[in-house]
This record gives sequence, C-alpha cells and structure tokens, in this order.
Amino acid sequence: MVKAYRPNTLTEALEILSTEKCTIMAGGTDLMVQRARGSAVLPGFDRPLMFVGHLKELQKIYQDEEGIHIGAAAILTDMMEHELIPGIFKEMIGQMASPPTRNMATIAGNICNASPAGDTLPYLYAVNAQIVLQSTDQKRIIATRDFIISPKKTCIKPDEILVKIIIPAKEYSNNYYRKLGQRKGMSLTKVSLLGMADVVDGNILDLHIALGSVAASIVHSPKIEKSMISKKAGEIKEMAEEIVKQYADLIRPIDDARSTAIYRKKASLRLIKDFMENISQE
Amino acid sequence: MIIEFTLNNEKVKMDVEPTMRVLDLLRNDLGMSSVKEGCGEGECGACVILVDGRAMNSCMLPAGAIVNRSIVTLEGFKHTEQFKVIEAGLLKAGSVQCGFCTPGFVMAIESLLNQNPDPTDEEIKEGLSGNLCRCTGYNMIIKGVRLAIEKGAGLW
Ligand SMILES: Cc1cc2nc3c(=O)[nH]c(=O)nc-3n(C[C@H](O)[C@H](O)[C@H](O)COP(=O)(O)OP(=O)(O)OC[C@H]3O[C@@H](n4cnc5c(N)ncnc54)[C@H](O)[C@@H]3O)c2cc1C
Ligand code: FES
Ligand code: FES
Repeated sequence: MVKAYRPNTLTEALEILSTEKCTIMAGGTDLMVQRARGSAVLPGFDRPLMFVGHLKELQKIYQDEEGIHIGAAAILTDMMEHELIPGIFKEMIGQMASPPTRNMATIAGNICNASPAGDTLPYLYAVNAQIVLQSTDQKRIIATRDFIISPKKTCIKPDEILVKIIIPAKEYSNNYYRKLGQRKGMSLTKVSLLGMADVVDGNILDLHIALGSVAASIVHSPKIEKSMISKKAGEIKEMAEEIVKQYADLIRPIDDARSTAIYRKKASLRLIKDFMENISQE
Repeated sequence: MIIEFTLNNEKVKMDVEPTMRVLDLLRNDLGMSSVKEGCGEGECGACVILVDGRAMNSCMLPAGAIVNRSIVTLEGFKHTEQFKVIEAGLLKAGSVQCGFCTPGFVMAIESLLNQNPDPTDEEIKEGLSGNLCRCTGYNMIIKGVRLAIEKGAGLW
C-alpha cells in the first residue's frame, strides 16, 4: 500500500514535508491521469502522497491592501463564482475543461503542472501574480514567471507547499481573450491570447498581452508592452505590423501532433493584430 | 488508509488504497454498477457522481480525497423526486437509447440544477459539456432537461 498523509492543518502538512519528500495531491485531475495504469489498476506513485485539497486554510479567497489572495486549493468553480475574481479571469476559467472537472481542479495544480498550455497562466503572467510558498521555517514570494522554469518544472522545494496566489485587485477597460483549440473547453489549448488594456479618452494608459501554447513558456513581454503604453489608441493601428514582428521572434511553438508549428504561429499573430485593432477603435 | 464517508446517505468506513480511483472503489468494492467507465481520463462523463452535491469525475478522484464527504450515485439518487422528473423528461424527449451515458448525465443534470435552477439552453449545453453521448443528440437532451425543469418546478 502506498503511504499517504491527510494532514488536518497546514502546519501539520509542513511538518511532515520537512522530514519526508511527498507527492502533493490536490484535485488529482493532472496527477491521476498522468499516473493512470488502466481500469482497476492502482495509479503509479513512487513517493508517499499528501492530500491537501481538503485544507480549509488553502481554499480561501479574500482581499486586503496587497491585492486579492486566492488559496492554492481553490477549485476553478469557486473562482468562477467568487465576486472578487476579475471578470476576464472568470471568463478564461469558464473555458477550461468541463463543469465536473472544474469542480475538482485547483489553481495551484494548474500552476504547478507548469504546462505552456495551462490556461490560468496567461492571466497570472500578465498581471504579474505572486506565488506564495511556505515551509516550516520560511515563506517565499515569487513572481509566476520566475516560479515556472520550463514545461513540468517549477522552483518549488520538496519541503514547500504553494499556499496562495496574489493578484492585483484591478479590472481593465478593454479585455480580449481567444482560445483556439481542437474542441472548445475540453482540449488542452492550442493557441490562446489574453489582451488587457486601460484606454481612457483615446489614450492607452496600460496594456498587457500574454500568449499560451506558442512556446516553451507563456509569451509575455513587458518591453513590447511598454512601447505601446502612453500612445494614442489611433496610433496603435500603424504600429501593428512592427509589434507583430517583435512577437513573431518570441513565438517558438514546441511542435506536437495537435497542430503544426506554422498554424500556431500564424493564428497567434492574427490574434495579436485583432486585439490591437480592437483597441485602436477606442 | 482507513476512510469514512457517506454513500447514498449511509455511513461507510473501510480500509482502502488511498490512490484507488473512486470509480473502481464504487464499482468493484461497493457494487455501484451505475457508475460507468468510458474514457478513464475525464473526457466523457460516464463516471460522474455527486460529491457534496457537485458533479465530479470519479475516474480521476482518488479514494483518499473523499474522507468525510457525501457521495451520491444513481443507486441512491433513484429514490428522489428530482430523479423522477429528470428521468421522465429524458425518456419523453427520446434522449435515452443504449443508456450507457445516462447515469452520468443524470448526475450532471442534478449538479447543474442545484447550482442554477433556471438555466438557459446555452447554460444547459455548457453544464453538460463534460458528458458525451454516442447515440442521441444534444438537442434531445436539452429538451429532456427543459421538460424536467417544467415538471419539477420548485424542486431545485
Ligand atoms: C478532461 C480534462 C480537461 C482539462 N482541460 C484543461 C483546460 O482546458 N485547460 C487547462 O489549463 N488545463 C486543463 N486540464 C488540466 C487540469 O485539470 C488542470 O491543470 C488543473 O488545474 C490541475 O489541478 P489539480 O488540482 O487537479 O492538480 P493535481 O493533479 O492534484 O496536481 C497537479 C500538480 O500540481 C502539484 N500541486 C497541486 N497543488 C499543489 C500545492 N498546493 N503545492 C504544491 N504543489 C501542488 C501536484 O503535486 C502536481 O504536480 C484538463 C484536465 C482534464 C482531465
Ligand atoms: S470515465 Fe471518467 S470521464 Fe470518462
Ligand atoms: S444513449 Fe448511448 S451513449 Fe448515450
């Protein structure tokens, strides 16, 4: 029998992790499928398991002066229903998986899986969400882009638990999200683009673009964004060609059976252009 | 791992492998044959059960995660008023053919109506988007749900 822990509190969980390496199990929608070995056969786990999905301390969503805190074990459904979660983020989550799977899947699971197709990631990169890691003796706060190292790899240490994510309490005036996939909702994303901007009296005060599934990690460039901020919305259209060219250098799809790299690149550049045209009409 | 939970309102206490899929636990150890295995990876909805009133895919749910939770399968849900109107609606709309997908659909419909007693057609479609049927069309299933909502006004 595989050893398993079901701690009653976060403190208890951290104490166990300080002495023993475990596999953390939240909703199981990634782990149970990745480790599945078929009908009526136990999935394969090489380390003791630690269940954390039931820990109330990890489920809370609340706001303070730092921003909106989303508990690591908050399930996607709870985020969609919560008044504090920004509208565009809810819309993105609503396009993930299906309702029964969203009742199980947690935000930390999506982040720790560290897939360039993870659908919460474009938002978390765009708003520079902070990941909070806890061990018995320290707390680390790391930006999402630094937390995720490469596909399937994060900088979490064996004695740490991801306890929450902090996002700014902010809604943008323009929001754009497109996800082009084989089957809407269910399939892992093929190409996705999140665009957000604050346009006031025709002036672009703030702007973010993040692309999913088009490179080994989420494509998000504060440098390119900066070149568009404080421009007039009308000027953006003339800049489009040049901006698209800059993004084209960053888009390097890891080709797989789901679609060709050429399709991903063309489609994502078309989405960037479309977002810029939308803004230019403000 | 010794786990306690309720299954169709009855307390269960048993020693299980914590990583065993709840799908296998229910079907093989507890005789709940309404819970079906289709894809085994979250795509088809044949294995959907209610956990604390919400639909979940039992093929991805490890036994160690259901401690102290309330599980409902069709075997228990069958005795409720809600089931009777959902069943009548689906039958009348002709949305039951081979029946393989039906238990999962029924549980997903109950979960949807628990959360949203008055859904639009679009919301029904989205609410049932995790359930696949090889035999009938979505339109017939939506019609079945509509009939259930009319007949069962006030139940949800
Ligand atoms: C049918 C289906 C459809 C899907 N559709 C989508 C989709 O459209 N978009 C998408 O992005 N994903 C999709 N997924 C993938 C998956 O559902 C998500 O990535 C989900 O958010 C994972 O969360 P979980 O709680 O189930 O993770 P788990 O499987 O429990 O864990 C995943 C990883 O995260 C680690 N982990 C979890 N919580 C913590 C924590 N608190 N601290 C440290 N490590 C932790 C685990 O150790 C593991 O490595 C789909 C999956 C399925 C089966
Ligand atoms: S068997 Fe669980 S979703 Fe298909
Ligand atoms: S009735 Fe046959 S699969 Fe749905």
